[in-house]
Amino acid sequence: MISEPVLSLVNAILFVLLAPLAGGLIAGIDRKVTARMQGRVGPPILQPFYDVGKLFEKENMVVTVTQHFYVLSYLVFMVVAGALFFSGGDMLLVIFAFTLSHIFLVLGAYSSYSPYSHIGAERELIQIIAYEPMIIFTAVGMYMVTQSFNVSAIVNSGIPIILYLPGVFIGYLMVLTIKLRKSPFDLSTSHHAHQEIVKGVTTDFSGSNLGKIEIAHWYEYVFLLGVVYLFFGFNPVIAVAAIIVAYFLEILIDNTISRVKWQLTLRSAWLIAGTLGIVNLGVLYYLKGVIMP
Amino acid sequence: MNDLLFLIGFPVIIAILMLLVKDKVRNYIVIISAFALGIASLYLLVTYFSKNTVFFDIPFEPASKIMVIIEILLAVYILYLGIKFKKYFTVALILLQAGLLLFLEMGLISDINPVKNLFIDQLSIIMALIVGIIGSLICVYSLGYMETYHARHSEIKDRRKLFFFIFFVFLSAMFGIVFSNNLLWVLFFWEITTICSFVLIGYSGTPEATNNAFLALSMNLLGGVAFIAALIYIAMLDPSGKLFGLDTLIGSGYAIAIVPAVLICFAGITKAALMPFSSWLVGAMVAPTPVSALLHSSTMVKAGVYIIVRFAPVLALTTEGFIIAMVGAVTFLLASGIAISQSNAKKVLAYSTIANLGLIVACAGVGTYNLMWVAILLIIFHAIAKSLLFLCVGTVENRTGSKNIEDMGGLIVRMPKIAMMMFIGMAGMFLAPFGMVISKWAAIEAFITAPFGLIFIAILAFGGSFTVFYWSKWMGKIISVMRNQEVIEGTVKKEKWAVLYVLTGLVVGVCLAFPLISTYLIEPFIMNIYGVTTRLSQANFAIMIMMICLLLIMPLSMLFYRTGSKHVSPYMGGRTTENEMRFSGTFGTMRELSLSNYYMEKYFGEDKVFYIGTLLCWGLLLIAGILLAGVIL
Repeated sequence: MISEPVLSLVNAILFVLLAPLAGGLIAGIDRKVTARMQGRVGPPILQPFYDVGKLFEKENMVVTVTQHFYVLSYLVFMVVAGALFFSGGDMLLVIFAFTLSHIFLVLGAYSSYSPYSHIGAERELIQIIAYEPMIIFTAVGMYMVTQSFNVSAIVNSGIPIILYLPGVFIGYLMVLTIKLRKSPFDLSTSHHAHQEIVKGVTTDFSGSNLGKIEIAHWYEYVFLLGVVYLFFGFNPVIAVAAIIVAYFLEILIDNTISRVKWQLTLRSAWLIAGTLGIVNLGVLYYLKGVIMP
Repeated sequence: MNDLLFLIGFPVIIAILMLLVKDKVRNYIVIISAFALGIASLYLLVTYFSKNTVFFDIPFEPASKIMVIIEILLAVYILYLGIKFKKYFTVALILLQAGLLLFLEMGLISDINPVKNLFIDQLSIIMALIVGIIGSLICVYSLGYMETYHARHSEIKDRRKLFFFIFFVFLSAMFGIVFSNNLLWVLFFWEITTICSFVLIGYSGTPEATNNAFLALSMNLLGGVAFIAALIYIAMLDPSGKLFGLDTLIGSGYAIAIVPAVLICFAGITKAALMPFSSWLVGAMVAPTPVSALLHSSTMVKAGVYIIVRFAPVLALTTEGFIIAMVGAVTFLLASGIAISQSNAKKVLAYSTIANLGLIVACAGVGTYNLMWVAILLIIFHAIAKSLLFLCVGTVENRTGSKNIEDMGGLIVRMPKIAMMMFIGMAGMFLAPFGMVISKWAAIEAFITAPFGLIFIAILAFGGSFTVFYWSKWMGKIISVMRNQEVIEGTVKKEKWAVLYVLTGLVVGVCLAFPLISTYLIEPFIMNIYGVTTRLSQANFAIMIMMICLLLIMPLSMLFYRTGSKHVSPYMGGRTTENEMRFSGTFGTMRELSLSNYYMEKYFGEDKVFYIGTLLCWGLLLIAGILLAGVIL
């Protein structure tokens, strides 16, 4: 039997090493499925790795050297957030590290004085405030079901959390759409080539910096899907199936719904968080008080 | 006991000196006395942190009489000013207050003399450290600031003697509030801070400043009336005067203490500028920036939340406490929202202050032991980070003549050191792993176990994301790198730098030292009151500290990147762009690029949101009033 601290350390290291591989693969499959939905053949599954590899060979071009700092910090704190999550740490701490990491990306976009990246940065911020309440409700909901904020305790609780938190789960799927930069919420930047503000938040990054952002995004994929796992943690098979279904759903939504304005994004995200999220938690709170005191 | 008396008395002596000495001598006296106050408050920490609550009898009989006389004189002074400026609402309030006070002092308690006038415990130590260290730093900073202020605004009469006189009187009064156990004494010092604030807001003498000063005065007098009403209630309940001791009143239980507690908390709400009284704090931003830093963010408004934290054990888990907490929570949510729509840096800081005070009251109002812990933590972190931010904005304003955030574009190039300090201050306000986020985290964990905690968590989640928005866009503004800007921070004075460096160090240092602060000051205090205490887990402490270190190391990566990058101009959609970001617009004219942040007026417009907040909070206060009437009858 391995002691708990060692186990969490091993998990964290495994995340740091393997998450980019998994994330890159997910991105590759995503592109393939998307292409098939659009009636194209699509790139090879490994295309994201080729892309990022090529980015690192490019000449190092910047608008201001501080961009290096912001992008590196974005990547580092994304890894920290993910590693904390997979080592079984405190959900709230993970969320705060996650926000911190995104703030660095936003600052990086602000630091170059380009109108495109500026609007991208503003929109990215709007996205952050759109999803943050829901993501906190997710953590709070898991606490209410399992009596712990610790990821390790939540996953080992053996409770089918999804049955207690269906509303929160739907809210989280919405967060996922925003975070995976899928239509209708791909405001600040998009994986598709049809963004009206060029590449938005990433407009003024190139070469290795853009590569790092891409890698950070892979880490983010794995972390976000890890949260989906928690809802179904009682049964790993169902959990993996749920992840696949959820992700497929996101791709489907991406390819069938057009982008909305930021006003609608903000309103709908807060409406979902404010209704489904809070009502779900409220019912749980009430039940806990009345039925199982 | 002498150390307490020193902290209350010494600033008064310096204040009187301030009226007498010339400009040059003043600088030396202020710096020396700032050192003295800082060291004295540290001495207090070393002497008393291991003892719990220590009481002192002040056998000096006439002290209370002198206080009454001073209060009456001040009332006459306010009366005169009120009539002179035709502020009849203020006149009515001051007459009411003076009448009630005379009734209390002469009619009800003329012959009693409560003992145990002064006391000190861990919370007093924390407050004294904030006043003693941050307060005296701000005094030193004001020396340089006021000099530049008068050089820039030649139309304003130079009344610096009065300015520093009031500053030191104020420090004395703050020490008085946090050390007094006798509620009559608390009231006396409380009223002194109100009047200090009034004089300093009106310092410039412009019609706007005068109006705002009277607005602040009226609202605080309203609180004062509630405070005196509480004392009258106590005096009628127990003519022996034992209940005038803060300790006996709080210890006397719900049935006796709830009415005075709610009335005094109402006074606290006016002083802490929660909605519906937030407008006075926003108006107070016309005062010179050090005033805003000292009175309206780090100390005086903290007296308002301090008194509510003191009464938290009485409020804990009562309907009245819940209502007060709701006033705080609503204020937190709406003030954070309004901050999004503001482009005046000082107003953003004001609304952020109001919001955080609201959060502290929300914690103290619910009043469980772990929320108390959060409330005290918030007081500490907020005082340091916010005073740093005010002073940075003041410095920028001194140099550029603008406090508009939109004019702070490229500050990182123009004033790199100030911009870095602002950056750290803002990070301290909303980013992990700094202070305010530690508190937010602990607040979520604490609210989850409190009754109806879910409402507060929902408010915290939404309000927290507003907070992220308005700080980040401001941060983005100061770090955007514009071309051809020159460095203009060379002329900032030495002592200002010293103050700013110390405060920046404190923002980071307190985060690193916060396990110690929690263990040696906050936890024993909570333990004394509730018999249980709380803390973040050791593992999470370690992770937080590792994150801070990581954040401190990250900028070093800049050294690695200093060379080897090719510089290109920002992407402009392929337009021909000159070096200063001028591009050819339509009809061949050259236009300059200017970028502006989102303010979302439509959603977070000040008038609309404030209106909603006023309605909600008056409604809540009305319910509290009805409940109280029920208890009294």
